[in-house]
Amino acid sequence: MSELKPNPSNIAQPQARQVTFRGGGFAPASHRWIGVLVFALLLSLAELGTRQGWISPLTLPLPSDVLKTFGELYASGLLWAHLSVSLTRLFVGALIGASLGVTVGVLIGLFSYVRAGLVPLTAALFPIPKIALLPLFVIWFGIDEGSKYALIAFGTFTPTVVATYGAVDNVDRSLIRMGQSFNLSWFSIVRKIVLPGAMPGILSGLRISLAIAIILLVAAEMLGAEYGIGAYILEAGSLYDLERLFAGVTILSLLGVTLSATIGLIERRVLNWRQ
Amino acid sequence: MDIRLSGVSHSYDDFEVLRDISLEIPSGRIVCIVGPSGCGKSTLLRFIGGLEKPSQGEVLQIGSPPPDCLNPLTYIFQDFALLPWRSVRGNISLVLEDHGIRGARAEAIIADVLARTKLCEFHKALPKQLSGGMKQRVAIARALAVNPAVMLMDEPLSALDSQTRELLMDDLVALWMRTPFTAVYVTHNLAEAVRLGHSIVVMSRRPGEIREIVHLETPLDQRHYGDSALEEKQKYLWHLMREEARAADAELVHV
Repeated sequence: MSELKPNPSNIAQPQARQVTFRGGGFAPASHRWIGVLVFALLLSLAELGTRQGWISPLTLPLPSDVLKTFGELYASGLLWAHLSVSLTRLFVGALIGASLGVTVGVLIGLFSYVRAGLVPLTAALFPIPKIALLPLFVIWFGIDEGSKYALIAFGTFTPTVVATYGAVDNVDRSLIRMGQSFNLSWFSIVRKIVLPGAMPGILSGLRISLAIAIILLVAAEMLGAEYGIGAYILEAGSLYDLERLFAGVTILSLLGVTLSATIGLIERRVLNWRQ
Repeated sequence: MDIRLSGVSHSYDDFEVLRDISLEIPSGRIVCIVGPSGCGKSTLLRFIGGLEKPSQGEVLQIGSPPPDCLNPLTYIFQDFALLPWRSVRGNISLVLEDHGIRGARAEAIIADVLARTKLCEFHKALPKQLSGGMKQRVAIARALAVNPAVMLMDEPLSALDSQTRELLMDDLVALWMRTPFTAVYVTHNLAEAVRLGHSIVVMSRRPGEIREIVHLETPLDQRHYGDSALEEKQKYLWHLMREEARAADAELVHV
């Protein structure tokens, strides 16, 4: 009987080895400081290059000089003069453009006649380089603030419309059907189901629209602007004053980062219901 | 309030979905509709609640709903249809707000339906925090809040795992025993049909027609999991449906 039992000692043991792990990667994790590190690395490379002479001072200013220029700008009080004017233009223009854009986008999403009429028009307006229209806007809205607001508003309007009606289209139909089955009024369905449901799409559209608004800010200050970050950059550019040019560009970048972070904050507050 | 369907037929373009359905849904009873997939049972339910119109025939309400009824024909959906941005309480108050019920009156209704569905402690939770079974209980609480004359349940347990399904069936039976409600219960699951249905309407494959109506006399609270009499009924239903289901499965999907 005993020979029927498997005897571990005289059966050749198959070799045992660890199963190879192959499930790594493809999982984005947050590494905050690496972004800062990349910035610091590039800046110190530029600093080193220009100091040692293998980057010509004609191509790139010394980062430390840019910082010094920035300091002077701040000390002279001009930074605030430029920034306040620009921020007002950005705020008013983007507010007009985004709120009109959201309204028109929601209307397109809700009414098929509006959609049939306005979607082709939006598609026609979207690719127009808005900068090309600046002279026209100066005639229409005056050389003062009017034309600047109009340019920024127009530039933010079209991407907001496209993002908004896409977001409204993507609202879960079964939720709308649920609203109807409980006899909610049309207005309630729009306010309590369609708009909150479209909010994620609207906010991510706003991210793009606001970046476009910053780009257009510089364009808007090309004509008839004494103060403003755009005017400051353009003046530095025509004088080939690289330190001031780069100081201005840095301000715009910081502005972009701040706006994007603000929207991120709003998203986390308003959209905490998402999975 | 009873519901009567007479001669309901429906087709999308030249694609016939339902053919000549006539059916009575008596007050205070649960009518289950079973049939192979694509037989038009969910479409039929949408006709009963007025979310879609049949191309022929009519759906009638006989008598008027009780005076305290806010939304006579109320659905419970397979995918729960909860607003993800509203808490459990918010999802229930959503259907009261449009009737002008706010404040203390709304609070009283919400507290009552949450107690009936055993959800009291979860009133602040968001849908994303709840399991599938809890979500469906919120949807049931929401339906109870409007005091419906007829509940229209579209595969309410089909998105849940089988254990949760058993628990929710017990909950539904308990709710019905406490206050009998009228319901049309669409399902493809025969076990659910024999547990919950006072009568079971068996439909043929597309175009959906009524093949047979099976009545079950056993009171709901005496039907238990694994009951042999129920198993017999279930076998009989499966015998009725088997060939239809096989043929329906082999059909091309109409898109």
